[in-house]
Amino acid sequence: MPKLTVDGIEVEVEAGATVLQACEEAGKEIPRFCYHERLSIAGNCRMCLVEMERAPKPVASCAMPAADGMVIKTDSDLVKKARNGVMEFLLINHPLDCPICDQGGECDLQDQAMAYGFDSSRYAEKKRAVKDKELGPIVKTIMTRCIHCTRCVRFSEEVAGVGTMGAVYRGEDTEVGPYIEASINSELSGNLIDLCPVGALTSKPYAFTARPWELKKTDSIDVMDAVGSNIRIDARSSEVLRVLPRINEDVNEEWISDKTRYAIDGLKRQRLDRPYVRVDGKLVPASWDEAFAAIKARVSGLDGKKIAAIAGDTVDCESMTALKDLMGSLGSANIDCRQDGSKVGGPRSSYIFNTTIAGIEEADACLIVGANVRAEAPIINSRLRKRWRATNGDFRVGIIGEKWDPTYKNDYLGAGPETLAEILDGKNDFAKILKAADKPMIIVGMGALNREDGDAVLAATRAIAEKFGMVAGEWNGFNVLHTAASRVGGLDLGFVPGEGCLATNDILDGAAKGAVEVVYLLGADEVDMSKLEKAFVIYQGAMGDAGAQAADVILPGAAYTEKNGTYVNTEGRAQQGWRAVFPRGDAREDWAIVRALSGALDKTLPYNNIDAVRARMVELSPTFASLNVPTKAEWTDFGNAGEMKSDGFMSPVRNFYMTDPISRASVTMAKCTEAFVKDAAAEKVA
Amino acid sequence: MSFIDRTARSFLLAELVSGMALTLKYMFKPKVTLNYPYEKGPLSPRFRGEHALRRYPNGEERCIACKLCEAICPAQAITIEVEPRDDGSRRTTRYDIDMTKCIYCGFCEEACPVDAIVEGPNFEFATENREELLYDKDKLLENGERWEAELAARLEADAPYR
Repeated sequence: MPKLTVDGIEVEVEAGATVLQACEEAGKEIPRFCYHERLSIAGNCRMCLVEMERAPKPVASCAMPAADGMVIKTDSDLVKKARNGVMEFLLINHPLDCPICDQGGECDLQDQAMAYGFDSSRYAEKKRAVKDKELGPIVKTIMTRCIHCTRCVRFSEEVAGVGTMGAVYRGEDTEVGPYIEASINSELSGNLIDLCPVGALTSKPYAFTARPWELKKTDSIDVMDAVGSNIRIDARSSEVLRVLPRINEDVNEEWISDKTRYAIDGLKRQRLDRPYVRVDGKLVPASWDEAFAAIKARVSGLDGKKIAAIAGDTVDCESMTALKDLMGSLGSANIDCRQDGSKVGGPRSSYIFNTTIAGIEEADACLIVGANVRAEAPIINSRLRKRWRATNGDFRVGIIGEKWDPTYKNDYLGAGPETLAEILDGKNDFAKILKAADKPMIIVGMGALNREDGDAVLAATRAIAEKFGMVAGEWNGFNVLHTAASRVGGLDLGFVPGEGCLATNDILDGAAKGAVEVVYLLGADEVDMSKLEKAFVIYQGAMGDAGAQAADVILPGAAYTEKNGTYVNTEGRAQQGWRAVFPRGDAREDWAIVRALSGALDKTLPYNNIDAVRARMVELSPTFASLNVPTKAEWTDFGNAGEMKSDGFMSPVRNFYMTDPISRASVTMAKCTEAFVKDAAAEKVA
Repeated sequence: MSFIDRTARSFLLAELVSGMALTLKYMFKPKVTLNYPYEKGPLSPRFRGEHALRRYPNGEERCIACKLCEAICPAQAITIEVEPRDDGSRRTTRYDIDMTKCIYCGFCEEACPVDAIVEGPNFEFATENREELLYDKDKLLENGERWEAELAARLEADAPYR
């Protein structure tokens, strides 16, 4: 633990820390461009120069390891002169086009030039111009503005794991860009935009749209996958303009996936903004009262067993609570939050990511079963990659299921249950790795659990976890990776069929046969709508997708940006997001719609505000009592050992960019699909 | 004594006479009133009148939609919306000034990095109803075309002092 003096303040820092970190510890601000906490140290911008006693010249603090007895000065005349000089050099080739630059107002170079630069330029010679690079539909490049900090190069190499970016030529002729002309094929490429300290890499869909000072910033939670990334929604008047990550070390660090960032333009299209009722086979606009009256006419007097409800992938816990209670008061327990029919549920430890996302950084071997983690949860994949890098490749990852490129070294073991059985019997080489590991973990994806033999697969994975000591003491290495933001919340709330009642597939079959007459779809669009033709379908949601087309009554709900909602991520971490804009047109917050419907059906639910709903949620599950921390689940018995089928596991996410109604309606996601998804391109040709 | 002096003055109508004398004096001096609207007084090159959006000599609009005028406007009279134009350049799709909100402070002109939005010499833009004072981009560009000669001359005259 070296002790050093910064501007007369004595600080002690951890061994291996840099002088820059020591200065921050002492409360001194050091300007920087190339240094970033989550990337390796490059030391090439020279902005962080400080004076060190007994050193002949200023030192770059970001690259200088802190040592005992160092005396650092950060505000001496020498340091000021050095910063002035560096800033002048950086600005020599930087075009002063701030007025047309999208980074204007949130630009590191702009801010630091104000604080540390000269007031005018002495440079009258010709400036450099660089040809722009094509990086695909997400990142817009204006490479003349580049100051060669190489943050983007290090990010794509280290975090994203696609080594496509690099710097070529030397000195003033340096050009940063892809070595070969190619888009950055990474689910995390949007983070390059946040990382770039200048306006060289900016957002293409957001180009010229707004200035940062015009935007209203709202903290929220992402629903595009089950990671529950912490996001900030930037909106102007009634329009959501962009999504940025919020730092949460335990969940998404400071990255978010491209779908999280860019699917929001889907919220401008195909929206349900008023109730509809089907009259003579055609959906006609109606008032709320008419819609409720149509539902009442169909539902009243009906046996509860003939009513069912399915919750979709992006709904909040408040609306599921309200709908569960409404269905209860109608005498029906035919409710299910697993619209893909996956066999999860039961004890809590059987359906959450017990290790936690941050816990991955302690693991030393990982077996991935039936999950394409890169497509299902890119943020978790980047954690696995981070672990792999931190161990210099000693972190062994075995993959069972489809072949996919995780961006780090892996052992592909096999396609399906047979390999699972091999490992359980110790016949596979990877079994030895798991045996030798101190903290092994297993990630079971929906691709393994949404099959008919899901229960048996769950039992087999549990057996592996037990056999290889994945659950020992504090360590729980058994993880289920969900793909739906609402799933764990729904399971925690008990939005699952009661004893002897119908699950999703039974509801659909029942509806096809006429045994189920009313089906309430709460934002559920991924079920087989052809089976619902005979039934009376109530669709509540924000997007006019498959569910709305099959509906007899449409109740317009709010999208995730338009309501205060609680979501539980795959770790079992309950998090709350706030409303950024108001719902469109006549649409309302979803729990309030269910509450209003309950009044119209004379089954009034006992809550009048969101706090009362949340109190009810705490009653249903202790998960909601402690927000933002994952509650540990007790390790119990689950799964039914049985015969597993031989066909291989298939990830449910076939196209990362389009998984739900919002991303399907998004123009940017459509462009990404065209650019990055090979199957889609092939399909288009065919 | 003062009583006698005052009484004498009032009986001899001294104040009236001095007043008439002043009137008579001004009858022979040159007039200072202007016969507005046929005559107008001189205007400083810094006079802040009606707004205009200027163009470059080649016809390209100057405004690059940086939104600095919108940000600086203390009355929040300016509304701008931006989209990339077909050639990829940054241009406004909407540039509105609410002239009923505007306080004619000239900050927009000060903030503009390309001399696009200017306050011209025109102060005679009274209208018959409010709506006509809600200026849009077309109106402002039209103003720019109409006043370009004066605007350019004014900017040049004031340039040494900026």
